[in-house]
Amino acid sequence: MSLADLAALTVPEIRTGLKAGRFSAVELAQTALLHGETENPKTNAFLQFSPERAIAAARRVDEKIAGGVDPGPLAGVPIAVKDVILTKGVRTTCGSKLLANYVPPYDATAVERLETAGGVIIGKTNCDEFAMGSSNENSAFGPVHNPRALDRVPGGSSGGSAAAVAQGTAVVSLGSDTGGSIRQPASFCGVVGVTPTYGRVSRYGLTAFASSLDHIGPFGRTVRDAATLLGVIAGRDPLDSTSAVAPVPDYTAHLDGNVRGMKIGLPREYFAELSSESGDLIARGVEKLKRLGCDVSDISLPTTKYAISCYYIICTAEASSNLARFDGARYTMRSTSAETLSDMYRRTRGEGFGAECKRRIMLGTYVLSAGYYDAYYLKAQRVRTLIARDYANAFGEVDAIVAPVSPFPAFRLGEKIDDPMAMYLSDIYTITGDLAGIPCMSVPCGNTAEGLPVGMQILANHFNETGMFRLADAFERAGGFQG
Amino acid sequence: MKLTEEQVRYVADLANLRLTEDETRRMANDLGAILTHIETLNELDTANVDPMAQVLYDAEETATLREDVERPGLGSEVALANAPLAGPGYFKVPRVIER
Repeated sequence: MSLADLAALTVPEIRTGLKAGRFSAVELAQTALLHGETENPKTNAFLQFSPERAIAAARRVDEKIAGGVDPGPLAGVPIAVKDVILTKGVRTTCGSKLLANYVPPYDATAVERLETAGGVIIGKTNCDEFAMGSSNENSAFGPVHNPRALDRVPGGSSGGSAAAVAQGTAVVSLGSDTGGSIRQPASFCGVVGVTPTYGRVSRYGLTAFASSLDHIGPFGRTVRDAATLLGVIAGRDPLDSTSAVAPVPDYTAHLDGNVRGMKIGLPREYFAELSSESGDLIARGVEKLKRLGCDVSDISLPTTKYAISCYYIICTAEASSNLARFDGARYTMRSTSAETLSDMYRRTRGEGFGAECKRRIMLGTYVLSAGYYDAYYLKAQRVRTLIARDYANAFGEVDAIVAPVSPFPAFRLGEKIDDPMAMYLSDIYTITGDLAGIPCMSVPCGNTAEGLPVGMQILANHFNETGMFRLADAFERAGGFQG
Repeated sequence: MKLTEEQVRYVADLANLRLTEDETRRMANDLGAILTHIETLNELDTANVDPMAQVLYDAEETATLREDVERPGLGSEVALANAPLAGPGYFKVPRVIER
């Protein structure tokens, strides 16, 4: 198999190819590893490859096929996993200097389920430190370069997972989303990225950033591939008490292209500050949906303008608590100059965390500190109710919401790194979905004149991934990805 | 909203975070800008709105409880493998009690 062949493969094609004996899972894994090693000097998408684990998993698939046993829905599929998701025996850094040498003693539930389904994990992808960032520039191991334009950011925080799929090394990948960290990089790199309903996928083994907002979700080059991956990792897990007790439907069963009569809402507030090129491409996407027979109308999500403030209070408050565990006693790094216990905490954290993590720990500690809790944290939680209510009202009228993912396409490396507020504002269209806990995704909808991908966002009601995928797939079938 | 460097040092102390002089100055600036933006929340009247701490779905009260079945743990050797300094069965930290 050639590297170019690999870069165009889909999950169903791998299934057919393995069955027909056109290639073996081991051959596929070797090709993917070679592809990754070849691309990495350019994009820095991977922090670590896992050849031993990949070949062992691929060999099990080949043995099953030889023995006439069903090798699973993801048999032989090369998969990249974001480095905030734990992989037993494979270094997991969270993009942080603090965990540069951390080797987890167990697998995340999502990782375990992938391998049980025949998936082949080829490596761990670069990301913003502890998933905090919108450009992947907060990684302690250098930024990722967008495979579609190497002088541009891939988006963040799951920049490496988006790039790994966009550059053709991985067929699908796992990312995590707290405020847009899957959808925004998917839109910047021109791939499909899915944030499922909160609780749909177990967070066990996902390094906690903001627990009430954290999701694991898939990237793929097609809607069907992403839906297949989600079907494998979704479902109740006794090891995560917030994982939803709800059956998992077959997400690929209804991808038939029929969306006639589907009611779609366009939130007025999301189209106000859009760069004209991104706006034009999304408008063209909406026209396509109309031609498919969708019933499109304007709706209002009035609390949108308060979402950034609400989000950056809640996520930093939760992060300041979650990151307290990195204390110099348990997780590999300890400052060498510490003499007392309190010194050990302070110096290890001061030396280990990067600038953005420190900023968020500080903001989170401030808003939770005595005298400020009611004014900030409690206030933000009340506003969160209003944002969730906006969506509940909207889904009384429409089946799905279509919106932009980002106000602009991929920006240049270094362009926003010195202005944290400008970086935070770029999350405006993605954070509301996380706050409400609804499923949402980004699909490509064409490129700007400069060739930069633009993503269109589809949001649906809690647990209606099926309807969301049906619309996204119909859009893909209609050629919507090409604009 | 302006944050003084003294306030920054107080919060850093609560967070067990050692900041350099440069970082402290920069932090006062950055946090000030973010807190100013956050003040817009005061435009919203939320007196009669319940706070939302978690995304909740309808499920039976005990649905999230698992069966109380024993399962093997990691064992202390594996659990301590990532410790910067460990003894037999424990994490080692700088002395906190004088003899």
